[in-house]
Amino acid sequence: MSDPIIRVSKLSKSFGHNGLFVGRQGPLAVNNVSFDVYAGETLGIVGESGSGKSTLLRMILRLIRPTAGTVHLKGRDIWAMSDARRTLPRDMQAIFQDPASSFNPRQTINAILTAPLDVHDVGTRSTRREAVAESLERVGLSLDMAKRLPHQLSGGQKQRVAIARAILLKPAVVLADEPTSSLDVSVQAQVLKLFLQTKQDLNLTMVFVSHNLAVIRQVSDRVAVMRGGELVESGSAADIFERPQTDYTRDLIAAVPDPFAIVSRHMSQQGSAS
Amino acid sequence: MTDVSDARPHRAGETPTLAIRDLVVEFPKRHESVRVVDRISLDVWPCEIVGIIGESGSGKTVTALSALRMLPKRSRIFGSIALGGRPLLDLDDRSMRQLRGDRLAFIPQDAMRALNPTLRVGMQVGEPLTLHKHTPWRRALDKATDLLGSVGIREPQTRMRQYPHEFSGGMQQRAMIAMGLALEPELLIADEPTTALDVTVQAQVLRLLKAIRDDKNTAILFITHDLGVVAELCDWVYVMHRGRIVEDGSIRRIFTAPRDDYTRMLLAATPSLSHAANVPPSLAAEVHT
Amino acid sequence: MTAGLNWPRYRLVFLGGALVTLVLLAAIFANWVAPYSPLDLDVVQMLQGPSHDHWLGTDELGRDVLSRAIFAARVSMEVAFVAVSVGLVGGTLVGLVAAYFGGWADLVLMRAMEVLFSFPAILLAVVLMASLGTNVLNAMIAIGIVFIPGFSRLARASTQAVLRQSYVEAARTIGMSDARIIFREILPNIVSTLIVEAAVAFAYAVLLESALSFLGLGAQPPDPSWGNMLNTGRGFLAQAPWLSLVPGMAMFLCVLGFNLLGDGLRDIFDPHLRD
Repeated sequence: MSDPIIRVSKLSKSFGHNGLFVGRQGPLAVNNVSFDVYAGETLGIVGESGSGKSTLLRMILRLIRPTAGTVHLKGRDIWAMSDARRTLPRDMQAIFQDPASSFNPRQTINAILTAPLDVHDVGTRSTRREAVAESLERVGLSLDMAKRLPHQLSGGQKQRVAIARAILLKPAVVLADEPTSSLDVSVQAQVLKLFLQTKQDLNLTMVFVSHNLAVIRQVSDRVAVMRGGELVESGSAADIFERPQTDYTRDLIAAVPDPFAIVSRHMSQQGSAS
Repeated sequence: MTDVSDARPHRAGETPTLAIRDLVVEFPKRHESVRVVDRISLDVWPCEIVGIIGESGSGKTVTALSALRMLPKRSRIFGSIALGGRPLLDLDDRSMRQLRGDRLAFIPQDAMRALNPTLRVGMQVGEPLTLHKHTPWRRALDKATDLLGSVGIREPQTRMRQYPHEFSGGMQQRAMIAMGLALEPELLIADEPTTALDVTVQAQVLRLLKAIRDDKNTAILFITHDLGVVAELCDWVYVMHRGRIVEDGSIRRIFTAPRDDYTRMLLAATPSLSHAANVPPSLAAEVHT
Repeated sequence: MTAGLNWPRYRLVFLGGALVTLVLLAAIFANWVAPYSPLDLDVVQMLQGPSHDHWLGTDELGRDVLSRAIFAARVSMEVAFVAVSVGLVGGTLVGLVAAYFGGWADLVLMRAMEVLFSFPAILLAVVLMASLGTNVLNAMIAIGIVFIPGFSRLARASTQAVLRQSYVEAARTIGMSDARIIFREILPNIVSTLIVEAAVAFAYAVLLESALSFLGLGAQPPDPSWGNMLNTGRGFLAQAPWLSLVPGMAMFLCVLGFNLLGDGLRDIFDPHLRD
């Protein structure tokens, strides 16, 4: 296999607090986590609340400084890069959980989508306008959405805009933190479909964090299970869901009320009873 | 496989625990009023767990709140709601308050916000007894300890003396359930009580609710957006969409032979663990997001 | 918006706005509005009560009280405007920087603010005036410094609330510079809160300026200011009560106006009350 596009090694984070005289180290939110992500795949990170999955994602995004360990993107240590602010965003973008707070409420969708191009000085005015129009089209939104303010959009539309923003700089990697968790199932299904389509069209590498096992199964090639800051196990999606190696993963899967499994169980019980 | 008929177990001579008939709820807004619940009728029979499933804006929570008479004052309600045959909409506020907690209990989505952060959990669980039954505090607290134990909280004596923030999310929800059960109500109305919980904790709470139904014969009206939870827990389910009930039926019938397009869409949109690589089937009835 | 206006609530905002407009117009057009010069002496007409010639009477040197009150409004408005601007800009910068960079910057800046905050406002102003020298410009600066800690706390708290929103993380993820994040993403979203606070601070600035002038630390006689007019009137309370009543009422209406306006703006800007 070729070199990984993201290499996370021995990453740890504890949220301490700096007092005037004494600093205190908190418990480890992420504890010695290592994994690789290869080009073109989707890695799903699944875990319950407090598992450290979001903290892990933010460390990869360079939003939180790790207490220990390194993150390499395309072979470069992201915390050792002097030009990280300029170069990193062109390789790696993100989509966040809460569509309501993902956008500056005072900017139009057009301003929000133009910002990445602006910041990185991509193209001319007219090519920027074209790029924004193209990205809106790709996520299935009409051009007149550009004039609106975020609160005039539905949750699903906002997540579509978030996807548009994430792909504008043509990054190789997109990281998503529970991007569909606050959406209704019918909307979630459409947004997930868009995710898969976009990933395929643009040949993206994705890291997808969620607490929802069914969603993780649907989007992931490989899955990492986290608990209490530690990586419990990782493997191909099929292995994790059909041949889980740890009790924790087994419990987690068993706890999911899967409607189709429950109904077929009901039916087989009734069938054998009669 | 051919048998997808879903006759509800016949209940001759019984009165439904909750009977809602032609309920309409409107909220005045600016000049016109918005109809949030549009002529719905539903029954919850004794000892039955009934689900209302719907997405945001379907009117499911408003339906639950109208049965509790907890809607904002400015809302307009038409139709009838009866608890054990007794009409609720004509009751004055005082009788309604007595009914709530006594024969009717509510479990909200966010237990943390429903518990008073400055009072010990034991006090809060015991309070309904002193309010409604004038039980002396001493005995109310003993009963509260039993209740906490019965909802699966370990070392209830110790936990009684703790404050809500010392409880985990799942334990807070259990405490809310214990409080709701204090007066052995006929009907428990639960509004997405497990949505904020982790799946493993959710599974425990669902087991607890089933045990309550089995042991105490409490009827439960369970509001949720999660098809999986409905399948796991409920005997009968009403599907709500835009203020209306689009269909109702047994779990088995709804899942295997849905009659309404919306239900079909909902089923198709639900990601499943058991269907490997289930890219959602073509969403024929694609709702505009 | 118009259809949804809650009239009883907005009536008070309009009253506040009207009072404020009145005072501002009087201050700006004092030269044209005032019937007399505030400094012209007329020894014959000393301590006259309200009359056709002098609507609000004359003072101990025969100057027209109405004209002096109008010109005093100009002093008050100037002082309040500059002082609030100093407090608003200074406090906002301190609060924004403290919240955004956190850590040591936050620790040092906010401890400094707490030191300033721990002095009673009037005492702090008096001490600052004493060391800066007594004139109107220094009164402006002193009152402005008094306001900085309050604005900085508000700005810091509002910034922290905005920092929790994912659009700030999103801005970092697209590689925006700190300055651009602060001025484009954060500032526009905290400015309405700060403006409401500024309206209320304006009222307080008017009071502080009057207090300083009353103590002889602000506008110097013969220049009129509500504070030094009150101080003068104090000596003639029995013979000529209008000397105290006029500046007192002027201050009262002005402070009331700014407070009503501030409260009203808070309601209007509060997103929870919209729609």
